[in-house]
Formats: sequence, C-alpha cells, structure tokens
Amino acid sequence: MATTDPIFERNVPGATEKLRAAPVGIAGCGGLGSNAAMLLARAGVGRLILADHDVVELSNLNRQHFFRKDVGRTKVRALADHLRAVNPAMELALHPEELEPDAVAAVFAGADLLIEAFDLADRKRWLIEAWCRAFPDRPIVAASGLSGVGRTAAMRVRSSGKIHVVGDEESDMSEGLCAPRVALAAAMQANIAVELLLGMKEKR
Amino acid sequence: MITVNDRDRIEWREGMTVQDLLDAMRYDYALITVTIEGALVPEDEYDIRAVPDGSRVGVFHLAHGG
Repeated sequence: MATTDPIFERNVPGATEKLRAAPVGIAGCGGLGSNAAMLLARAGVGRLILADHDVVELSNLNRQHFFRKDVGRTKVRALADHLRAVNPAMELALHPEELEPDAVAAVFAGADLLIEAFDLADRKRWLIEAWCRAFPDRPIVAASGLSGVGRTAAMRVRSSGKIHVVGDEESDMSEGLCAPRVALAAAMQANIAVELLLGMKEKR
Repeated sequence: MITVNDRDRIEWREGMTVQDLLDAMRYDYALITVTIEGALVPEDEYDIRAVPDGSRVGVFHLAHGG
C-alpha cells in the first residue's frame, strides 16, 4: 500500500485512498479542462487521461490554468507539468493529437468517468454521443453555459442517467469568457466527478 | 403523457418521435442532446426514434464555451 503524500493530510477522510486509483478522462484542456484537472489532482485523483491538440496562447491565460512560460507548448504537456508540481505521483496519459469521434473509445478506454471540456457546442454533442455509445454505463460530466460574468445562481447541474450537465445552458461564448464563471463550471464538474468516484452518487 | 426535464408535460400521441416531441415543445435551440429514461438518443435518430407513452425525457441545451 502506497503511503499517502502529506499534501493530502487535510483532505476529506478516506477520499485520497479511493481517488488515487480512479482514472478520469478529460477531453479538452482549456478553461474547463485545465481547471478541473488541477482540482481533481488536489482532491487526490491519481490517474488522468488528458486530450487536447491545442498549444497554449497568451489569450488563454485569462481563464486557463497556464502561465506565460507555457506559451507555445502543447496544453497537455504544460498541464501535466502543473499537475505533477502538485502531486509528483500522478499517472498521466497525454493525447496531444486532435480527438475525433472514432477515437473516443480507444483514448478513454481506461477512464471510469469523462469530463467533457470542449469549447464548441457541436463538439460537445459528438463527444457525449461517442462516450455514451462506447461506455453507456460510465458517467460523463459535461458543461454548457459558462460565459460572461455574474449570474452565479444560474449555474446548476442537471442529470439524466449517466449524463450530468453543469452550467446555465444558455450563455454563449460570444459574451466573452471570464475566469470566475469558467472556473466555477470547472469546479462543479470536478465536484460531481469526485462525488461519483467516491460512490456518493450511483456511479455505474 | 411525456415528462420533459422533470417539469414540462407533453401530450403523447401514437408514433411520436423525438423530433415530433421537440417540435411540440417549440424547442428550437440549434444544439441539444436528448435522453429517454436516461439513455442518450443520437441526433441522427431524432426523426425515427419513437418516444413511448409515459417516458421521462431529458433535453439539454449545449452552448458554446469551455
């Protein structure tokens, strides 16, 4: 049995041990995915499968968990460094290639749960469809409607079967994307994921 | 009777498809995802998938941003 890193001393009792072996997939490592990944790592999730083909740009830094020194690097590799800076024992699978619907089953075969963290709605839809087709018994936590500012109480989660959707389901990124609301959605996704992985909600 | 999003009640009729249901609700968001009894219905089946009477249907609007 592995010893528990002191960083988790203040974690919820019992959570770290359960979450260490829980494999979580994250599709998209931008505003939602990078923030959700960091929160899951701090929660004690020990295994992440990260997929994103983008490289870090300066315009990402207003809301995504990257730094100026990351600009030009692939998001998955930069994020992997930040995750390991918190927990060096993280097991990470990195997929810097563009994720296509046909690849979802193979890329995320080892994931118990998927965080949908794409930006465009049509991609969100095909990802949800591809995941549910490949793994109908595994949960997916998606996000829809996290643009603009304020309207904190409009952020909610709705669930049906294994599909959970956080956000206001209305605001569009044409309003602009601002760190607090994006991170709020990412935190809601991570919170639901942890709850599912700990078996506090029905997982499978 | 069909229940949508645990809230809206839509009158069921024989042969009703997912698309008929969305039309009846005047649901015109461009990008949505639909479940029947918690199981996802792929978009290319909206025109052919029948909605059984008494179903609980989930309709999620997908907005850009992430």
